[in-house]
Amino acid sequence: MPEEEPHQKSLAMVVMSGDFDKLFGAFIIATGAAAMGMEVTMFFTFWGLRAIKKNVSTGKTFLGKMLGVVYGGDISKSNPSKFSFGGMGRWMFNKMMGNHNVSTLTELRDLAIDLGVNMYGCQMSMDVMEIPRESFIDGVKEPVGVGFFLMKAQDAEIQLFI
Amino acid sequence: MSDETNIDLELDLKGLLCPLPMVKVSQNIGKVPVGGVIRAVATDPGAMADIPAWAKSTGNEVLQAEKEGGEFVFLVKRVK
Repeated sequence: MPEEEPHQKSLAMVVMSGDFDKLFGAFIIATGAAAMGMEVTMFFTFWGLRAIKKNVSTGKTFLGKMLGVVYGGDISKSNPSKFSFGGMGRWMFNKMMGNHNVSTLTELRDLAIDLGVNMYGCQMSMDVMEIPRESFIDGVKEPVGVGFFLMKAQDAEIQLFI
Repeated sequence: MSDETNIDLELDLKGLLCPLPMVKVSQNIGKVPVGGVIRAVATDPGAMADIPAWAKSTGNEVLQAEKEGGEFVFLVKRVK
């Protein structure tokens, strides 16, 4: 009998947070899982959407544009969940991580794309927050909904909510 | 063992931290033929746990994982 190929394991992750530290965790796990041969799905929703966005302004209505200003930019603008201090915390952690040769968040995210991690924006939160598909970086797949995520999650060995 | 084993590829992973040592081994394993061996040198102590775990999950084999001074030397064999 021919040897059967083992079934490819998979990881499905919701990334709701836009915090610097939580995004670090999300991308380290995602790149690690991809390196271990797993199929990886990352579903970005709400505050997590900025992690896959280019540094472009967004928003159609007045409120949407305001959100685009106060929560604008790209992944490099994310602040730690503690010790934010209006950007000081981000500077401090970037400095400390640089001293220890840890990759930046942007590098880790781009590495994840290179490793074939599948990234999706949540269509509903994109609509609410007025963040269009065109504002995403290259490599992000077409937006999906919770049904798609659940289909991936129920087949995955590991499900995470970050 | 390292004296007799044929090395197909040398990987310098010094200075890299989690998850990069494992990622680099994974990215390079396809560059050696099946049965071929990568010799990788890392300085991240976490690699001592991660690279064997990577091998176990991907069906490859770690022939050697040893601490030599401040470095960790791995011989990784591509099994398939």
